[in-house]
Amino acid sequence: MNFDLTKKKLTEVNQYLQNIDRKSNVRKFKIDNPSGHHAICAGLKDDIDVTINGHTGYYCAGMNQRANITINGNVGTGVAENMMSGNVFVKGNASQSAGATGHGGNLVIEGDASSRCGISMKGINIIVKGSVGHMSAFMAQKGNLIVFGDADEDLGDSIYEAKIFVKGKVKSLGADCIEKKMDDKNINELKKIFKELNISENPKNFKRYGSARKLYNFKIDNAGAY
Amino acid sequence: MCGIVGIYLKTKKYEKSLGKFLSGMLDNMATRGPDSAGFAIYTKENKNIFKYSICLNKLSEQDFKKKISKYLKKIKLTKYSDHVVLETKESPKSVIKIINENIKEVSIVGYGKSINIFKQTGNPKDVVKKFKLSSFSGTHGIGHTRMATESAITTEGSHPYSTAEDECLVHNGSLSNHNNVRRELIKKGQTFKSENDTEVAAGYMSNKISEGNDLKTTLTSSLKNLDGFYTFIAGTKNGFALLRDEIACKPAVVAETKDYVAVASEFQAMAHLPNVNSAKIYEPKPGIVYSW
Repeated sequence: MNFDLTKKKLTEVNQYLQNIDRKSNVRKFKIDNPSGHHAICAGLKDDIDVTINGHTGYYCAGMNQRANITINGNVGTGVAENMMSGNVFVKGNASQSAGATGHGGNLVIEGDASSRCGISMKGINIIVKGSVGHMSAFMAQKGNLIVFGDADEDLGDSIYEAKIFVKGKVKSLGADCIEKKMDDKNINELKKIFKELNISENPKNFKRYGSARKLYNFKIDNAGAY
Repeated sequence: MCGIVGIYLKTKKYEKSLGKFLSGMLDNMATRGPDSAGFAIYTKENKNIFKYSICLNKLSEQDFKKKISKYLKKIKLTKYSDHVVLETKESPKSVIKIINENIKEVSIVGYGKSINIFKQTGNPKDVVKKFKLSSFSGTHGIGHTRMATESAITTEGSHPYSTAEDECLVHNGSLSNHNNVRRELIKKGQTFKSENDTEVAAGYMSNKISEGNDLKTTLTSSLKNLDGFYTFIAGTKNGFALLRDEIACKPAVVAETKDYVAVASEFQAMAHLPNVNSAKIYEPKPGIVYSW
């Protein structure tokens, strides 16, 4: 099923996609002419495939649950913010705060992501094939931020228990963020993620960064909970 | 919030459409700033002629013509909504003096050999229509839609700010040390018409350029001396530049093709531009001056 945003209102398209009949066989959708509109495909909750052809504005695919959303273009601030599950693929670049506060699912960005990528992430996997801007993974709590390119200043500032993997250069680490040993467990974790997403990349090329646990009240007794 | 837009043509191909492009960009940014709008558009210069963009306020065009004719011979007046563009060979120094001393009802919004600058309170969608922006051709243009925070919703509080010949600046954000910088610039001889923080940034820029710096060096030095949140778009007769502060909370996106460079707060401002979907689109990095 195809939607053209020059002909149909965005709210109508979003409402349609948010209320899919679970028994319906129509599971593939296409959206043309997004023209930088905000909140395209926000709040989807079914296992459908949506392809957006063009550039989108803020909060594209926000709060996503279960849907597979592909954007053939660039995305504005907060793509896949607060995503719970599903997959979001961005073929171009992403603006700031990509995957912010995401709880689960996968966000794959083919290009660069700008500042504060993965801010306060809570379990999402964010894979950026280009580079990330400053203050990425700020206060990140859980999940994996995997960067194939470089990371700008203050990576992982005030980080909790999220893991950061970077293949390129890190300009500087933020408060309480340190380089950590890349052990077999980490390599296997990355392998699993790459396999699931059909990405051919050797996990051994990455360095791992995480919390020094000096800034927040971490109790070693609770380590099993992370 | 505020929305800022700018477009700089690299080739002659779209010169006739510049006003139409800029008008569409402002229209699309009305959501970010519904209080007032303004724009500067750089048109072909006529070597010996200066253009003065003047807001008439409550004075009629006829009365202004009568008054200015006492002091200046051989003038051309063109009316755009509540503004007129006055064209004369007379130099800025004497024209500014004549107007400030004798026709106090009006205010000079900007002047130069190339720049035309208009601003007004009201929804940007209406403002661009009133000034017939679509009918303008030119080489580059800058615009602003305002959601007022620092000062009242007035024409004086609207952007762009022009504080020297053919220079102008628009700003999304707020400056925290503008009172201090204003005091220092006043000591150096700069004059200000409003309490607005952006006028201080424009004055700072004019001061640096008057000391012989180019636009890029000028904006680079503002990283050190202007404190606060900002994305700036600045224009001179031949130049066009963009700068975001180092924290980069205020958005910006650039679209570049072989024919033009467009800058805006959000991509939707430029979605109507030709071939934009195949343009090189990127977010400008914090603390780096981009200039063309």
